[in-house]
Amino acid sequence: MVKMEDIGARILAGDHQVQYGQNQRTKIKALVVDDNMINQALHRTLLRNLGIENHVVGNGREAVDVHCSGRRFDLILMDLDMPVMNGIEATKKLRAMGIQSTIAGVSSRSVDENIQEFWEAGLDDYQQKPLNFPKLVSILQKVNHSV
Amino acid sequence: MESNNNSLRQQIADMRQSLFDEEMLDRHYRTVEELSDKDHPNFAEEVMTMYFRDSTKLIAIFENALENAPFNFIVLDKYLHQLKGSSASIGAKKVWEKINEMRDCLRERDIEGTRTVLQQLKKEHDNLRGRIEPYFRMLRQVGPSEIAQRPK
Repeated sequence: MVKMEDIGARILAGDHQVQYGQNQRTKIKALVVDDNMINQALHRTLLRNLGIENHVVGNGREAVDVHCSGRRFDLILMDLDMPVMNGIEATKKLRAMGIQSTIAGVSSRSVDENIQEFWEAGLDDYQQKPLNFPKLVSILQKVNHSV
Repeated sequence: MESNNNSLRQQIADMRQSLFDEEMLDRHYRTVEELSDKDHPNFAEEVMTMYFRDSTKLIAIFENALENAPFNFIVLDKYLHQLKGSSASIGAKKVWEKINEMRDCLRERDIEGTRTVLQQLKKEHDNLRGRIEPYFRMLRQVGPSEIAQRPK
C-alpha cells in the first residue's frame, strides 16, 4: 500500500494527478462544512483532484445532521464562522457524539487570532484559508483511514 | 493560422502576468488555476464568475446597509467577513486589502471612512472584473491546450 507521506511528497513536488484513492481498498471520504459557495467549490475540487470522495454542507448544524443520518467521513474540513451553527459548536457536538474522524479547522483567521476555543472544541489540525494542495496534503497526513 | 494562435497565446500570457505584476491577483489565484483540468477546463472561469456574481450582490447589500442609521456593526462586519473570505480564496489582492481597511474603519465606528473606502473597493472590484473578463474571453478562443501550457 502506498504510504500517505509518499503521496504527499509527490503532490508537493507538483504531481497533482496522484490520487489518494489509488491502492486503497476504499476511497477516503471527506465532508466539507462551509457556508461560502466559492470555498465549497474550491475545497470540493481540491479533494476531487486527489481522488477523495466528498460531500458538502453549508453549516455546522447540517454537519451534525448528516452524521445523525449515519454517514461517516475520514476527514471533516470545518469552517469556523457559519450561520445557524458555527464550527466550534459543530466540532464539540460531533466529538460528544463520539465522532472520531479527523477534523481540520479551516478558517480565514490567522493562527495569531484567537482560535484556541476552536482547537479546544476537538480539532486535529487547523489551516488558514485559502486551502491549497500543500495545506490539504498536510491535513491528509493526519487522517487515520479507518472509516 | 499557427502564428495568429501563437500571437494570441502570447497576448493571453501577458494579460495574465500583468494581473500578478499589478498585484490585482496573488498566488491564491494560481491554486484556482491549478484546479482546472481536462475534465473541467473552465473551472477558473466558473469560479471567477461565481465570485463576481456573489461579491457584486454583497457589495450592493453592504452599501445599502450603510445608507441610514442606526448601523448594525455586527451585521456590517459579517458582510465584510464573507466578502473577505471569497476575495482571499480567489486571490483578489487589492479587493481584499480594501475590505480589511473597511473593517478597520468599522471597528473605529468611522462610517464616513467606511463609505470612502467602499468607493475605492468598488473601483478595485470593477477594475479586476474589467481585466479578467476579456482575459477569459481570449482564453476560450485558444481552447483547453492553453491550460496545459500555462506557466507555473
